[in-house]
Amino acid sequence: MTDPSDTTSRPDPSEPARAWVFGDNIDTDQITPSRFIVSSDPDELAEHAFEDLRPEFSETVEPGDFVVAGENFGSGSSREHSPLSLVGAGVSGVVAQSFARIFFRNAINLGLPVLICPGADAIDDGDEIHMDLDAGIVVNHTKDEQYDAEALPSFLQTLVERGGLKAYTKAKLDR
Amino acid sequence: MPGKTLAEKLLSEKSGSDARAGDYVEAQIDVAMAHDITGPLAFQTFHEVAGEDADLFAPDRTIFTIDHHAPADGVQAANNHNAVRDFAAKHGANQFDVGDGICHAVLVEEGFVKPGDLVIGADSHSTTYGGIGAFGTGVGSTDLGTALATGELWFRVPQTMRFDVHGDLQDGVYAKDLILRFIGDVGFDGCTYKAAEYTGSTIESLPVHERLVLSNMAIEMGGKTGIVPPDERTAEYLERQTGNDIDLSDAFHSDDDADYESVHTYDATELAPQVSKPSNPENAVDVTDVEGTEIDQLFVGTCTNGRYEDIKIVADILAGETLAPNVRMVVVPASKSVYTHMLHTGVFETLTDAGAIIQNAGCGPCAGYHQGVLGDGDICLATANRNFPGREGSMDSEVYLASPATVGASALYGEITDPRDIETNRYDDTIFAEVLP
Repeated sequence: MTDPSDTTSRPDPSEPARAWVFGDNIDTDQITPSRFIVSSDPDELAEHAFEDLRPEFSETVEPGDFVVAGENFGSGSSREHSPLSLVGAGVSGVVAQSFARIFFRNAINLGLPVLICPGADAIDDGDEIHMDLDAGIVVNHTKDEQYDAEALPSFLQTLVERGGLKAYTKAKLDR
Repeated sequence: MPGKTLAEKLLSEKSGSDARAGDYVEAQIDVAMAHDITGPLAFQTFHEVAGEDADLFAPDRTIFTIDHHAPADGVQAANNHNAVRDFAAKHGANQFDVGDGICHAVLVEEGFVKPGDLVIGADSHSTTYGGIGAFGTGVGSTDLGTALATGELWFRVPQTMRFDVHGDLQDGVYAKDLILRFIGDVGFDGCTYKAAEYTGSTIESLPVHERLVLSNMAIEMGGKTGIVPPDERTAEYLERQTGNDIDLSDAFHSDDDADYESVHTYDATELAPQVSKPSNPENAVDVTDVEGTEIDQLFVGTCTNGRYEDIKIVADILAGETLAPNVRMVVVPASKSVYTHMLHTGVFETLTDAGAIIQNAGCGPCAGYHQGVLGDGDICLATANRNFPGREGSMDSEVYLASPATVGASALYGEITDPRDIETNRYDDTIFAEVLP
């Protein structure tokens, strides 16, 4: 199974891949229907990602693909099963015009790259994009465009650089 | 410098720093909670960061509940329950089992949360604890698992949106209607990354079980927390519910010159009962706009409105009556003590005589797991907090959100009905305490 702690084997978000575009207010139930969240296994959860919204997603998503959304992505539940299902599906990053708070936090804690990108609505389903996390931009190869994203605050950058919340906490406990 | 908000003061105290909105702090946690869905993932994190045999930061202030799939609806759920039981027993934490009730009801009733506490729960409705003046916030399992080991967690200090409400609510209008209106006005993401603070004479006059409703649904406008400043009413409520002495000197209040992100002022006297249409809580309208909408199922319960006082309102409306022939009603008490009160006060019998189905205490069908899942085309009117697409079952079903009074009134007619003409046992916050020894 996908080891969610092993962030080194994750796909590289700087590699261009397909964008799966969703709308506004995509809640955690739509990302991972609640009837499947008795499992905590990323691979099993990935089989049901977006199942009610776009049943073809889980069958055809390729490792490295991106999820792109409008406002308030990941609203609703605190369940980490939703970002975990995207990790299991091999999604290399999520670009949204805005995120719900707990989802954003969970994604960072899991080491799933997320960018707040107001211009994300210019990306169409199937466009080939990549994320440049250092520059804080999203590049659209299909349209030959790029969009500015909000850089992570320095505290969160530090957290990500230290390998996410688990690695950060382990280091703190070992001190 | 301007004064500080309640949220800024509380996070300053817990982090030992001069915390202002926008700052990142590492703060000491007072209480931590997880349930049967989020617990197992948090346990994995705890084991990874601290080791299998490490100690919890404070077992006496750590609470695990089995409420979401309770009783188990399948083998995986049952195994999750066992994981909760095993972890709680091994580490000496508090554990509440199948039928004991919903985490948010249990933590308040059992006295685990006090005004002034910083509470994290691996459930988004952990904002509920703001109703008694705590800073309650929902986190994920990784956050919770690491905090179980260290007793601390990082927070961005939120800006505060104040909802200032004055005047008397009309008969038949409740806190649920207020919060649906707030969400409708600021939008589903209008309070994202921020704290909501509820103030004004209307809020001060609300009994505590009603204040909990306001805080519970702060997350439905994206709020990090939703707080009612604690007062004597808070202390009396908690002392009556828990038998504990409550010391309000540890609680926090916003300064008069605190720097609010925004202030939203309301005249309560003008508010009609609200109904949030499918499929987002922000779709709040006056009940008169949707009167006559036919319903298939009514659901009374959840961490929002599954308290005894809520169910009593429904029972008072249905006393001696029967459900409209086209509807079914599912009633799910929020906790075992609510269930017991229903038995001893006759509320249980009133509801079953009217034709309702009463289930064990727990989350019930709120998130569409079991015990009342909606089929294609079904329309439900619920006292719940969410009505997302497919939330309670089929993607082709629809959920409307309303107060217990609106749900009770609508049960009589089988269609959405304005509760204002129907007499209820309004705001009698002693009814819970007086019945049982």
